[in-house]
Amino acid sequence: MIKRLAATPLIWPVIALLALLALNAYLTPGFTSIRVQDGHLYGSLIDILRNGAPTLLVALGMTLVIASRGIDLSVGAVVAISGALACAHIGSSEDPAGVGTVLTAMAIALAVSAVLGLWNGTLVSILGIQPIIATLVLMTAGRGIALFITEGQIITVSSPPFKVLGAGYFLGLPVAILVSLAVFVVVGLLTRRTALGMLLEAVGINPEASRLAGVRSRTIVFAVYVFCGLCAGIAGLMIASNISAADANNAGLWIEMDAILAVVIGGTSLLGGRYSLTGTVLGALIIQALTTTVYTVGIRPEITLVFKSLVVVLVVLMQSAKFRALFTSWRRRPGRRQVGPTARPTPVTSAGPAVADVTPDHDDTKVRQP
Amino acid sequence: MDAEPSNDPEPSNDPENSRPVVEMRDISIGFPGVKALDGVDFRLLAGEVHSLMGENGAGKSTLIKALTGVYGIDSGSIVVDGSPQAFAGPRQSQDAGISTVYQEVNLCPNLTVGENILLGREPRRWGRIDYRRLNRKARELLSELELTIDPRSQLGSHPIAIQQLVAIARATAVSARVLILDEPTSSLDADEVAELFRVIRRLRDAGTAILFVSHFLDQVYAISDRITVLRNGQLVGEYLTAALPRVELVSAMLGRQLDALDEVADSAAMATAVQSDHPLVRIDEFGRTPAVQPVTLDIRRGDILGLAGLLGSGRTELARLLFGADRATSGRLEVNGKTTTLRTPRTAIAHRFAFTSEDRKDEGVVGDLSVRDNLVLALQARRGFARPLSAKTKDALVTKYMEALDIRPRRPETLLKNLSGGNQQKVLLARWMITEPELFILDEPTRGIDVGAKTQIQKLVTELARDGVAVVFISAELDEVTRICNRIAVMRDRRNVALLDSADYENNLTTLIAGSSS
Repeated sequence: MIKRLAATPLIWPVIALLALLALNAYLTPGFTSIRVQDGHLYGSLIDILRNGAPTLLVALGMTLVIASRGIDLSVGAVVAISGALACAHIGSSEDPAGVGTVLTAMAIALAVSAVLGLWNGTLVSILGIQPIIATLVLMTAGRGIALFITEGQIITVSSPPFKVLGAGYFLGLPVAILVSLAVFVVVGLLTRRTALGMLLEAVGINPEASRLAGVRSRTIVFAVYVFCGLCAGIAGLMIASNISAADANNAGLWIEMDAILAVVIGGTSLLGGRYSLTGTVLGALIIQALTTTVYTVGIRPEITLVFKSLVVVLVVLMQSAKFRALFTSWRRRPGRRQVGPTARPTPVTSAGPAVADVTPDHDDTKVRQP
Repeated sequence: MDAEPSNDPEPSNDPENSRPVVEMRDISIGFPGVKALDGVDFRLLAGEVHSLMGENGAGKSTLIKALTGVYGIDSGSIVVDGSPQAFAGPRQSQDAGISTVYQEVNLCPNLTVGENILLGREPRRWGRIDYRRLNRKARELLSELELTIDPRSQLGSHPIAIQQLVAIARATAVSARVLILDEPTSSLDADEVAELFRVIRRLRDAGTAILFVSHFLDQVYAISDRITVLRNGQLVGEYLTAALPRVELVSAMLGRQLDALDEVADSAAMATAVQSDHPLVRIDEFGRTPAVQPVTLDIRRGDILGLAGLLGSGRTELARLLFGADRATSGRLEVNGKTTTLRTPRTAIAHRFAFTSEDRKDEGVVGDLSVRDNLVLALQARRGFARPLSAKTKDALVTKYMEALDIRPRRPETLLKNLSGGNQQKVLLARWMITEPELFILDEPTRGIDVGAKTQIQKLVTELARDGVAVVFISAELDEVTRICNRIAVMRDRRNVALLDSADYENNLTTLIAGSSS
């Protein structure tokens, strides 16, 4: 396992995460301790997992979108809409604490999230609009819609069943963690146990070749946006549930950036194609651990973002084969290096793919349109 | 078509008398598991066109990359113009006067011709680009090559052939002593090749040393003065073109006497024997405006129907219509007597059609997926994502077809982009053979691949036909079409002008393709 990990780019996010956790453990006594209280698990590590759950959910959806050569900037807006819809429904109902009310509210929110994903999917896969532009539409309009739903107010609700998703516990673990974990497992099984993952990667790597090979590229791209919308919807419910309120202005603000970052840190190329869900989980955890570190280390708020960006730059640089080659090429000749997101660091593994008479690797320089 | 080394005005080609511009000695380069070059010597003289020949995997590209500084060398020496070089990157190689024009034009289609030619060396004035001088200089460079292209026109508005000539003009702009042309002719038609050769000869006569790589033997013999043959990373020998008969060249490249071509002809004859009379596919006034004028044709099982014609004659366009890659706007298509509309490739695939595009890189290869995934892609797509092939079935299929088509290296986990062109093409063929097609449409399946793989693919096509598959075969090489097809539909000016049986090939084909006016 360790050997396999060492051969993949995932080693760097793992190291970064462990380093962050170690730093915290060193600075905060009891950081690693997990205690049981009222049958619930508590501790900083659990907090990181729970607070990172919404970002992780959004990032999972984003991973598949990015694998299809796309991007979804509208997830933050969908988070806001989803939370706003649920709170508006619960707030205006006769029985805000009723389980039925809460389930209806969630169903409405998720259905609308799926429809929003459908909208993105239509723009991208049927009308052929560039993903970044297509989803920018909803990114801008969506927050307006959320504000419209909440009428510009922060809607607070008092509904114990609604609180379960974001702040509740099940079998000692926060429900938020369990939900995001479940989504991760389901997506993992759905894409890797079926052929969906391979077909999705094929579409992301070469859409035209995939179409000619009979892959339903359009359907796949479409589905991926719907799924991403759904993930953002669940995340929106989680965030609203955690604070028992819908804040249309701030819920999910910049979450699209965190999600994209998590995907990239996890080693999935923004150019589409090969993706790693495990990498995305690591990426989301790194981002959350960073936020926690900022608090525990006591970094002044003015430089919080600078600190965050430094760590991110470091992780991304370490993942870049080109960057690592800068160090190795002082000792080695330049010819050996393999460039590209999926390339191995240096030919230490015997499974190096280099073959005599390799076709000209224009792929390195050619930037594909997202 | 004969090589004319004696016409060369430069000092004689006798290597003893002129010092080579490039001298590579005892070059070795290894990759994990592979020795790509093993003690190869190579030299390039001023004022000669020197062809580098070899099968895929022989080390041609590696040698070129060593010379252009893309790869470092493990051992050996490179001397350019008398001074030893240790290239640490392509830049140093360019500074030493070595320029390269690749198969795919590596320029910016959205810039003008002039901007492309002088990219990175634009004349400046007050820190800004001086377009008047830029265009004047570009025009001068173009006219030195006797090319009349407006330097202000956008590069992308020109056909590939012109873009290639612009790339050469760009190479001469850096006053290259050495010009490397890597498969420059693979997307050009005959006239364009003639134009390219005129430019090459002009540069040669001006003293440039030209390294030429092409899979077209005719072209190699037409243009080169000297030939170096590599095989399996080793030097086989350096020959004067005039003193090397074709058969000897081919056997030097393959390292064995080649009887395979005769074998191919035999099996083509056998394929004719098992043809059935009922057409598998019949098209009636089938076309798409403006790409293809209505065509009426029968395609029978066991048929190898050639589509012959020049680039732009409508041959590729017709093939795409047959597969539903583009939608027909007129006419009917019948499969087994039933009228069908091919709305998408999936409809065609459901009828057991298969298609490999002429544009292997953009429309076939899924480079970042493994050979294994690429092999099963079409079958898996037809089954749908919910019915994945089991690992066992996959392994069996992959092993079987990698063996049958001799795909190298025999490692299914290798990413497809790391295979040579010929092996990539075999993977694409196998991708469809796995789906057991009834109609197999092959658009230029042998373009840009080495002689050995070419023969294997030709053989494969005839075997498929013998097994009852209907084949539509497109190739720019007439020899190939006449050798393996039992009927040829000649395309010209986007219409089908004739349908020939194998007996009529010799007399009519060339004139039909060229048109009556010539």
